[in-house]
Amino acid sequence: MSFLTLTGVSKAYGSVRVVADMNLSVERGEFVSLLGPSGCGKTTTLQMIAGFVEVTSGRISLDGREITHARPNSRGLGIVFQSYALFPHMTVSENVSFGLEMRRLPKAERRERLDAVLALVQLAPLAARYPRELSGGQRQRVALARALVIQPRVLLLDEPLSNLDAKLREEMQFELRQIQRTVGTTTVMVTHDQHEAMSISDRVVVMEAGRVTQIDDPQRLYEHPQTRFISTFVGKANLIRGRVQSAGPQGRVDLGAMTADVDAGDAAAGDEVFLSIRPERLSFVPPGQGQIDGVVRERFFLGSQWLYHVTTAVGELIVACPNDGRPPLEEARRTGVDWLSRLVQVLPAEAAGPDPQSGSRVGLS
Amino acid sequence: MSAGTGRSLTAKTTPYLLSGPALLLFSCLLLVPLLLTAALSVSVFDDAIGVRNEFTLAHYAAVLTDEYYLGIFWRTFSVSAITTIICLLIGAPEAYVLSRMGSPWRSIFLVIVLAPLLVSVVVRAFGWSMLLSPTGLVNQWLALVGLGPVQILYTELAVIIALTHVMLPFMVIPVWTSLQTLDPDGERAALSLGATPFTVLRRVVLPQVLPGILSGSLMVFGLSASAFAIPGLLGGRRLKMVATVVYDEYLHELNWPLGAAIALTLLLANLVIMLTYNRVIEGAYRKSLG
Repeated sequence: MSFLTLTGVSKAYGSVRVVADMNLSVERGEFVSLLGPSGCGKTTTLQMIAGFVEVTSGRISLDGREITHARPNSRGLGIVFQSYALFPHMTVSENVSFGLEMRRLPKAERRERLDAVLALVQLAPLAARYPRELSGGQRQRVALARALVIQPRVLLLDEPLSNLDAKLREEMQFELRQIQRTVGTTTVMVTHDQHEAMSISDRVVVMEAGRVTQIDDPQRLYEHPQTRFISTFVGKANLIRGRVQSAGPQGRVDLGAMTADVDAGDAAAGDEVFLSIRPERLSFVPPGQGQIDGVVRERFFLGSQWLYHVTTAVGELIVACPNDGRPPLEEARRTGVDWLSRLVQVLPAEAAGPDPQSGSRVGLS
Repeated sequence: MSAGTGRSLTAKTTPYLLSGPALLLFSCLLLVPLLLTAALSVSVFDDAIGVRNEFTLAHYAAVLTDEYYLGIFWRTFSVSAITTIICLLIGAPEAYVLSRMGSPWRSIFLVIVLAPLLVSVVVRAFGWSMLLSPTGLVNQWLALVGLGPVQILYTELAVIIALTHVMLPFMVIPVWTSLQTLDPDGERAALSLGATPFTVLRRVVLPQVLPGILSGSLMVFGLSASAFAIPGLLGGRRLKMVATVVYDEYLHELNWPLGAAIALTLLLANLVIMLTYNRVIEGAYRKSLG
């Protein structure tokens, strides 16, 4: 049995089901992220684990003990809130040792654990400061230290990095992962940021409209998204609508203007499907030599790479090329676009989930 | 160059011009009467001809040595202190409950809390005198459980009850305001760290609403100590408080200088008590409250 288990957990407010039939097993020491757009029920799930939100139906068990209806202050979980929720009237060390005081630990041991955790998050020199005298990143570390010092059975992180600026967020991602590895605490993190989820988690749980749609390790999630929603939410993807001509590993899909060789997987001949190809898996070749020809409509310089929007007979494709120093393609230039057939993912059209706007979703975030 | 100095001159005078009207009003309506009262309080009073333009500190000496006046000051401050404590004990939890209420109920109960402010103090005082009189509703209820009629009206108890009722909004509003600025996740964080709900209140909520409690108690105490209508109507002829004594000196004894001396003594004593209280509480929490 897993360390933390959610079995058929649902939460309803009146007739609105915020979380529906959620099943999740987290192993001891694992770092799991709940990923999804806002309103998908991920924060509610976290609050049910923490005990702040009553579970409507289903069970939650921790380390073999059922905690579905246990009081929040008896669960022994460490929580880092989005707002950090530091106690503004206490110093850093008072904040951090609050949980130890509540556990009535002897003073010497409190001191010892306080020093250890402050060293871990590199806050020892700021121990006497008040939260308002700290920067956002420092507050975040205090919140983390406060949650970790009680040696929680599970660490819950609610969008822990969303209030930090981009550069600091990236640094903290790695630091968070490193600290989690050092102390080995089982961790569940809620985030809407796919980069964050993928860069620090062992496994990612994608949620859509209160339901889990895929649970996988980050790499599998990126390479084999199971729905059209995931393929566009986790990274960028070109989605091309088509109909399966012949099924099987050496299948073919009719895209209207062309046919593409793909591994059709489970799809049967005649099925409506989407082909999903990551922008960085597309490359430019001289006209006529690739899978399809197109015209560069727009290009964006992103520093480490160039992003092109290419108009082709099957729709607009996004192509990402590393900025390797060669001169980029001009706008309005005719070019061939090529890809390897085995890198194309076939997604069933009916499992598409909520339709975003058009086939391909373009974002520059 | 001249344009530059011209601009800096306007920049310097603008604040004074902007605060001018308020300053004028303040000095006409507060400072001048206060100075006149101060001058009056050190003038000689003659039973035959009234106020004489001669300097004396006799009125202050009388106020500070006469058992009668000292007793009234003591009663005023003890009644105000008790009212403040009761308001604190009722108002602070009330504000906390209010801030935790759902959307329609919160507004409804807030209006109920503030409703006393919409009714004249005199009307409220008469209401209480009807309730507390020997044949009033309270004594009728007491009779139901077999308790004989109790003299409540014209005692300190009546004054304290009515003052608490009138002053409660002045405690609830500041505490409620400071509760609004609290991060609800702070309480959840404390819970998750193993604190009991009571410990959360004591260690996390209370210290953060202390500024609200502080300003609430200062307002309640100050307003109670200078209250006139309620002690006048519910304390009766014999139970005097400072404000009612001042009124008596002015309008019944016609001894204006003594009345002025009592009024100024109340003002000073009030100031000293409130500043000391402020100093003590804020000093204890200055660092953490910022």
